[in-house]
Amino acid sequence: MSAFQALLYRDMKLAFRAGGGASLAMAFFGLVISLQPFGVGPDLMLLSRIAGGVLWVTAALAAMLSLDRLFQADYEDGSLDIIALSPLSLEWAATAKMLAHWLTTGLPLVLLSPLLGLLLNLPAPGYLPLIMSLMIGTPALSGIGAIGAALTLSIRRGGLILVLIVLPLISPTLIFGAGTVIDAIEGTGRGAFALLAAFSVAVVGLSPFAAAASVRLNLAN
Amino acid sequence: MAVLSLVEVQDLLCERGGRRVFRNLSFAVATGQTLTLEGPNGAGKTSALRILSGLLPQTAGEVRVHMSAGYVVSDGEERGRLTGWVGHYDGVKGQLSVSENASFFAALYGARVAVQGVLDRVGLSRIADLPAQYLSAGQRKRLSLARLILSGRPLWLMDEPLSSLDAAGRRLTAELIGEHCDAGGIAIVATHETLGLDATRFFLGQA
Amino acid sequence: MAVSMTRITVLANPKRFLDYSSVLLPWTGGLAFVLLAVGLYWALFETPPDYQQHETVKIMFVHVPAAWMGIFVYSLIAGASLGGLVFRHPLSDVAAKSAAPLGAAFTALALVTGSLWGRPTWGTYWQWGDARLVSELLLLFIYFGYIALWNAIDDPTRAAKAAAVLALVGAADLPIIHFSVEWWNTLHQPNNTLVLGGGGIDPAFLWPLLIMALGYTVLFVWLWLLRMRTEIFERRARALMMAKGA
Repeated sequence: MSAFQALLYRDMKLAFRAGGGASLAMAFFGLVISLQPFGVGPDLMLLSRIAGGVLWVTAALAAMLSLDRLFQADYEDGSLDIIALSPLSLEWAATAKMLAHWLTTGLPLVLLSPLLGLLLNLPAPGYLPLIMSLMIGTPALSGIGAIGAALTLSIRRGGLILVLIVLPLISPTLIFGAGTVIDAIEGTGRGAFALLAAFSVAVVGLSPFAAAASVRLNLAN
Repeated sequence: MAVLSLVEVQDLLCERGGRRVFRNLSFAVATGQTLTLEGPNGAGKTSALRILSGLLPQTAGEVRVHMSAGYVVSDGEERGRLTGWVGHYDGVKGQLSVSENASFFAALYGARVAVQGVLDRVGLSRIADLPAQYLSAGQRKRLSLARLILSGRPLWLMDEPLSSLDAAGRRLTAELIGEHCDAGGIAIVATHETLGLDATRFFLGQA
Repeated sequence: MAVSMTRITVLANPKRFLDYSSVLLPWTGGLAFVLLAVGLYWALFETPPDYQQHETVKIMFVHVPAAWMGIFVYSLIAGASLGGLVFRHPLSDVAAKSAAPLGAAFTALALVTGSLWGRPTWGTYWQWGDARLVSELLLLFIYFGYIALWNAIDDPTRAAKAAAVLALVGAADLPIIHFSVEWWNTLHQPNNTLVLGGGGIDPAFLWPLLIMALGYTVLFVWLWLLRMRTEIFERRARALMMAKGA
């Protein structure tokens, strides 16, 4: 087993055992979606119009739930030092952690989304684009989220600051992601999915470097 | 082993948060030697170790690791690859069992020795399947020692390794350090207490 | 390769800055006042009303330069962050930290005046159809996050470096954010950007606009110098207190 795999599996194991991870994010996702009609009314026509966007925004928020502990837990118990000194570069370590986060938080949300689409009366053409766009878009959330997590790892209760920092930066993902769903429903093809994919690829490719730099500066001070 | 021939520190200056922690720190440790860093709290023992490991860049001064192969390593990150680290915090994950923690360290560091044997050596094999959150502080320290062995690194940097350990644990630590140095490694240990083996003592005073 | 950072004790390099800035301060303050007074007078009383928007177009003289400043200051912060991280320039973090609230204030001013400007045209105080305005709203949040990060991290060195990384990530992302907002607009409504009647800028408007922009810039420099000086004094005070305690 390579060092990368070791860290990946360890993080996934920890996510499942710490009694959080997937179930917490999915419960949050489900709960907030279920509350929407209480806010906007049960009119199915209205719900179906806002479904795509609401599902996307809520999924993005849910995906960020477990982010603040991404590096903080390891920082607090000395594991981050151990990882930094290992043969695995911090860039690859950050990638492993991002991947573990996506597999244990992002991906379950993707799988849950069509079910919640039913709750909001998402129009039929929207389901596949919803799943595809979330699948491609959530890794970008894990990526920029990892940068935010690394920057805030020394802050007690850093979760709110993390969300404040990360949300504006991922607005392109939200816009293109929701846009993919809306375009499919309304029949307006504007290449949203391609833009979403391009942004995700760029983010996933570049964020390990920014996250690793952030970890380094925190270890050094 | 004898991968390293000498670890040399010259005129090291450390400043943190605008405060000067220490300056003009110089010493050298050769193959097979143990150096203890002693001094009052705040003298900078932990900072010195973190600088040696490359985790903390020094404000000024040089750290040079002379390799037996003939070349010199100065870069912080490369020094980190030579370091076996035992810090203040034990790096143990409570939700994983003792052997899961150890296997993780082994895989992360590409250990060439078997995990089971190492757990035997540090006296944890009986409780290998126990979730680490149930370990006593002394047992966690032993797990750190296991990690040190599994890392297979030539330069051991240890920060107060004897704290939380009972007499048996302290003997074990001294034995392991002794074996490591006999095999050609180098150990630099920050400690308040007597290590129980032959070591050069170095005192860090107030800046 | 020995790692030796340029020794930066608070009492060395910043001294020169403090000396220069104390000379510059009254001049920049005075110049800002003059420029803004001239600019505002010219804008309000010497320019013709727009044929569509009549007198309300004059808000643009406050709004447009404010929007420019919001972006300009952010690029300064990004530049200072790069200088701090890569070149280890001693005053970069002071510069970046001091500039941030000013940039946020300009952006907020742009948003408020943009809203007031649009009210007569749109009938509402906010329209999502103006991509520039929406991007500015996101920029304001980016400023908030940046300032929050500075305040939330206790260790000043760590805060400076973390904020620098955040500023650079934001700088890389901002063009993409703006593009995505513009793209988003193409579906929903026709371009509702606040423009002047014909779209091109009448030379009668250009001069007062530039004077206002210059006035804002000098005002910014004045306030920036003030804030940087305060920050340096605060750090000195802190260093003295720590030396006493040791």
